Amino acid sequence: MITLILSNLSVNIQAIYPEIILSLTLVALVIFDLIFNKQKKFLPLISIIGLFFAFIFVIPEFGTSRSAFPTSENNSLLSIDSFSAFFKGLIIIASVFVVLFSMSSNEIKSCPDRQGEYYSLMFGMIIGMFFLVSANDLILIYLSIELLSLSSYVLAGFVKTSIRNSEASLKYIIYGSTSSGIMLFGISILYGITGSTNLFEINSVLGFSNVPQITFLISILMIFTGIGFKISIVPFHFWTPDIYEGAPLPITAFLSVASKAAGFAVLIRFIEITFAESLSKSGFWQLIPYVNWQNLLVLFSIITMTFGNFAALWQDNLKRLLAYSSIAHAGYLMLGVAVLSDQGLTAVLIYFSIYLFMNLGAFFIVMLIANKINSENIDDYRGLGYSIPFLSTSLAIFLVSLTGLPPTAGFIGKLYIFFALVDAKMIVVAIIALLNTVVALYYYIRVLKVMFLERTDKHVEIEISPLNFVIILALLAPTLIFGVYFTPLVNIAKNSIQLLGF
Amino acid sequence: MIEVGLNHFLIVSTFLFSLGIYGIITRKNAIMVLMGVELILNSANINFIAFARYGNFGLQGDLIALFVIVLAAAEAAIALAIVLNIYKTLATVNIDEVDSLKD
Repeated sequence: MITLILSNLSVNIQAIYPEIILSLTLVALVIFDLIFNKQKKFLPLISIIGLFFAFIFVIPEFGTSRSAFPTSENNSLLSIDSFSAFFKGLIIIASVFVVLFSMSSNEIKSCPDRQGEYYSLMFGMIIGMFFLVSANDLILIYLSIELLSLSSYVLAGFVKTSIRNSEASLKYIIYGSTSSGIMLFGISILYGITGSTNLFEINSVLGFSNVPQITFLISILMIFTGIGFKISIVPFHFWTPDIYEGAPLPITAFLSVASKAAGFAVLIRFIEITFAESLSKSGFWQLIPYVNWQNLLVLFSIITMTFGNFAALWQDNLKRLLAYSSIAHAGYLMLGVAVLSDQGLTAVLIYFSIYLFMNLGAFFIVMLIANKINSENIDDYRGLGYSIPFLSTSLAIFLVSLTGLPPTAGFIGKLYIFFALVDAKMIVVAIIALLNTVVALYYYIRVLKVMFLERTDKHVEIEISPLNFVIILALLAPTLIFGVYFTPLVNIAKNSIQLLGF
Repeated sequence: MIEVGLNHFLIVSTFLFSLGIYGIITRKNAIMVLMGVELILNSANINFIAFARYGNFGLQGDLIALFVIVLAAAEAAIALAIVLNIYKTLATVNIDEVDSLKD
């Protein structure tokens, strides 16, 4: 095993250039913070440069399909393929936006001497996600989930003096470590049954020999718990509203987009590689029938989206409302996975790229408004449509897009999910998802109603700096453009569903 | 004398796992909850090592256990720092009293 890695060391190292660059950026951030601890404004710049170079090395990974760090002749720890490259690209885009958000967040700025810590921990999260999206081995998956989580536990409680932050991080670490502990126990059982932690090896064991059904099912459900926690599907969602409400807003935005993306990537890879039976021309995955993934995932996603949407109806805090809406979106995304076909996977990728922009946008506007009025209560948004028309209109567009109404991009995302469902003859499920969208309409539009239709004497002035203006435009543009001109996005998604080994 | 076999280890580990879950659910003190988490991680470790030994899967299981021990230490360090911070801001480590975020 060691000789296998050493003999191709340079090839293997080349495969993880983006991760190496991110690690170097992390080190650079720490060192820069130690040496020049007066010049905090360069830290975001260093982060963005690091992310930019990582992105340059991610681009050539599109279209390739190779493995790195072999553990035996045929198996490896990492697979570098279009699928992982797509998610790495998404994660980098989200990270750049979150770094920019952090520069204007009052919460983050309230701890001026700990900025270096903040950005280096954020890179810890990014490295964890990068390994997560290309991991082929359950132990690597567990380690990267922990790397991602440990950094985010600290970041959720970044403002130490804030009660809300401290509480969020305490709840996050209790829920998070429990669920990852359960996942580890599941991995240990699976290791006992199959004798390996490598997804490909487990796949070949499952194909050739009988495994004890119930034990196997329990271990898979335990692993599913750990992944389900990351993507916050019901019943592993209970942390989401509290942590999203308590954590600093840039971190909330990051958790709701990037860490969810990484979670979905690992779920898809886990299902598709571990259970793949044979290749199929029709694009529908042929899975080993130990676990009925389709029914399981459809069940979870319907519960998730229904719960998320209905719970959001009663929320008065906009951050909490967006938390429940992100649970509901996890449900829609899960439906795309549940189709278990190439078309469904394409729909998930399209949905995710659109969800990234609209969700980050919504959180950013909420953050800018919260910076000024120190509140995320919907009641405090009364009449904002008249005093700050630009921000309110942008928020309106993001919320309409989250609902999934044309001509915004959110509509295209939902449309492709529904197409995939109908093509797989899951009409009933599609109708339930459609009805859910109607429920979602109510709570998103309620925010718009409060902002635009209710008058108040209170006048709020918010200065938008040129940088923030550019960020909002950069988030608005894809939300609107992908709604009418989505062919390039669809093509990229179609070319990115190729997993290693297929 | 009965020979100690795989099943004995599995019973111990499952027992530890259940105790960990029980501790997490019932304890009110944050430190005790974290101890429950440690029990879960260690029960998985026992599993890994027992399976590697009795299943003849090579050294992989032992290596995984080493990784998990390191991770458990890191997690405990972060968790204790967070609990300490909670104690500083709220003067309590009872998780039932840490409830400002709720519906």
